[in-house]
Amino acid sequence: MKVLVAVKRVIDYNVKVRVKSDNTDVDLANVKMALNPFCEIAVEEAVRLKEANVATEVVVVSVGPKACQEQIRTALALGADRGIHIETDTMPESLSVAKLLAKLVEQEQPGLVILGKQSIDSDNNQTGQMLAALTGMSQGTFASRVQVIDGSLNVTREVDGGLQTLALKLPAVVTTDLRLNEPRYAKLPDIMKAKKKPLDVKTPADLGVELRDHTRLLKVETPPVRQAGIKVASVDELVEKLKNEAKVI
Amino acid sequence: MAILVIAEHDNSTLKGATLNTLAAATQIGGDIHLLVAGSGCQAVAEQGAAAAGVNKVLCVDAALYEHQLAEDLALLVAECGRDYSHILAPATTNGKNLMPRVAALLDVAQISDIIAVESADSFRRPIYAGNAIATVQSLDPIKVITVRGTGFDPVAASGGSAEVVTLSAVSPAGLSSFVSEEVAESERPELTSARVVISGGRGMGNGENFALLEKVADKLGAAIGASRAAVDAGFVPNDMQVGQTGKIVAPDLYIAVGISGAIQHLAGMKDSKVIVAINKDEEAPIFQVADYGLVADLFSAVPELEQKL
Repeated sequence: MKVLVAVKRVIDYNVKVRVKSDNTDVDLANVKMALNPFCEIAVEEAVRLKEANVATEVVVVSVGPKACQEQIRTALALGADRGIHIETDTMPESLSVAKLLAKLVEQEQPGLVILGKQSIDSDNNQTGQMLAALTGMSQGTFASRVQVIDGSLNVTREVDGGLQTLALKLPAVVTTDLRLNEPRYAKLPDIMKAKKKPLDVKTPADLGVELRDHTRLLKVETPPVRQAGIKVASVDELVEKLKNEAKVI
Repeated sequence: MAILVIAEHDNSTLKGATLNTLAAATQIGGDIHLLVAGSGCQAVAEQGAAAAGVNKVLCVDAALYEHQLAEDLALLVAECGRDYSHILAPATTNGKNLMPRVAALLDVAQISDIIAVESADSFRRPIYAGNAIATVQSLDPIKVITVRGTGFDPVAASGGSAEVVTLSAVSPAGLSSFVSEEVAESERPELTSARVVISGGRGMGNGENFALLEKVADKLGAAIGASRAAVDAGFVPNDMQVGQTGKIVAPDLYIAVGISGAIQHLAGMKDSKVIVAINKDEEAPIFQVADYGLVADLFSAVPELEQKL
C-alpha cells in the first residue's frame, strides 16, 4: 500500500507571532519556519506503517512557494521515500490545496492519505476532510490510533467526550491528533541521504487545477491583552475576593 | 436569506453548544432552521423547537445517522443546505469533522471557529493559536461556518415553538462504520459549558493528586480540566485538556492549579471571566493573566480552599 502524506511549512511553534503594523497579516519576514507539528506526526505514522511492512512506499507532498521544499526534505530525512512539490506563488486556501491533492491522489493512487489535523498558522482544520469529500474517500479525523485490519482501517479518534473508533473503507484519509505518536529526530546521515531522494516539482496547471479565491482576508489584529490582576496573600483573602469582589462563588 | 444550523446532540439531548451557534445565527439575521439528524432523536427535535430564534426544525430520524458519521451526514447536509445562505455548526469535534466535508461537496470555503459576526459575510476568528485575530470575508454564495461557543452567549433553551418537519435520509455513503466508543462517564458538568472550571498542571505531580481538585470541584459544581503538560505526563486523559490543542473554555471562574501558563494553555482559557492561579513559582506566566494569584504550595492551599468554600 502506498501512503501519501501532505505536509505544510509554517512558522516554528516556538516563535511568538507579531501582527504587522498595517494589520494586513502577521509578520513572517525573517521568522524561523518549520514543518507543522501535526504534519510531522503524519510523516512519522506513515514511516512506522512502512517499518511494519503495511506501507510499501511513503510519498510526501507539500503545496506552496519554493521554500517549502525544505520541509519536504525534512520529511524525507524522517523516512519518506520521495517528495512532490506543488509550486504556487502564495499559500492557497484549504479548498484549493484539497483540490490539488485530489488530483495528485488520482495520479498516485495511494491506499492511505495522512495529514495533520490542522496547521498551527491558520488553525483551519479542514484540508483532510475536504480532500476526503473531493475524492469520495472515508475520513478518520483527529486520530490517536491507526490499524490496518483485513483490508480495512480502524481509526480511534479523539472526540469531545472521549475516544471513538471507526472502521473505514480503504482508500481513506486520516488526520493526526497529538497522541498518535511521538515523531523521531532525523539523524545526520538521514539528513544527508534525504538530499539525494527524488523530489518532483509540479504546478497547479500540470494537475489541471485552476485556483480561485473563496475568501478574502480583510484584517489581522492583535487580540486584547488581559491585564494581570492582584496577588492575594492567603486562601482566606482569595475566598473573600471571589465572594465579595468578583462575586463568582 | 435563511440559515441552516446543525444541531449537536447525542440522540436524546440537545447539546449546549447548539445554543451558542444559534446565537451566532441570530446575529447574522434571517430565518433559522435547525437540522436534527440522528437516530431516535425526536426528543432532540422537540428541544430544538423550543430554543429561542429557531423558526423551523428539520428532523431526519434514521439509523444511518446514529453516530454522526461524517461521510453520511455530509451528504445529507450538502443536499439540505443548497438553498441556504449560511450553514452553521458548533466548532466541536463533530462540527470540525463534518463541516469541511460539507463545504467541499458544495465547492465553497469553510470558515472555522468564528468568535464574532461582523456582517452577513464577514467574521472574526482566531489564528496562530489565538495570538492574532483575523477578519475574513466569504466570497461564496453559501457560507459554511463553525462557531466557537465561547464567542457567543447561548440563546434561551426554552420559550420557542417552532414547527418540526420530518425529512428522509439520503443514500448511505457506505464508507465508514462505527466500531466502539469510550466515553468518559462523569457526574460533573461538561468542560466547555461549565460555569466553573478547575484545572491541574504538571505541578500536580501525578494523576492521583487530581483528587484534591475533585473535592473543590464538588463544592463548586465545577468541571475538571488539565494542561497539556499534565496530559502528556500521563496524569489524566486527553479529553480533559484545556488549550489550543484541547478544549477552549470560557467559564465565569477558572482556577489554574500548578499550571505555569504556556501560550498553548492560555489560548484555551484566557477568555474566562475571572481567572485564579495557584502556583508556588511566583514568576509563572499564568500570573500575568490571573485576576487573583496565590503564590503557595498547592498541596496545602487547595485542601485549605476546599475547607473554606
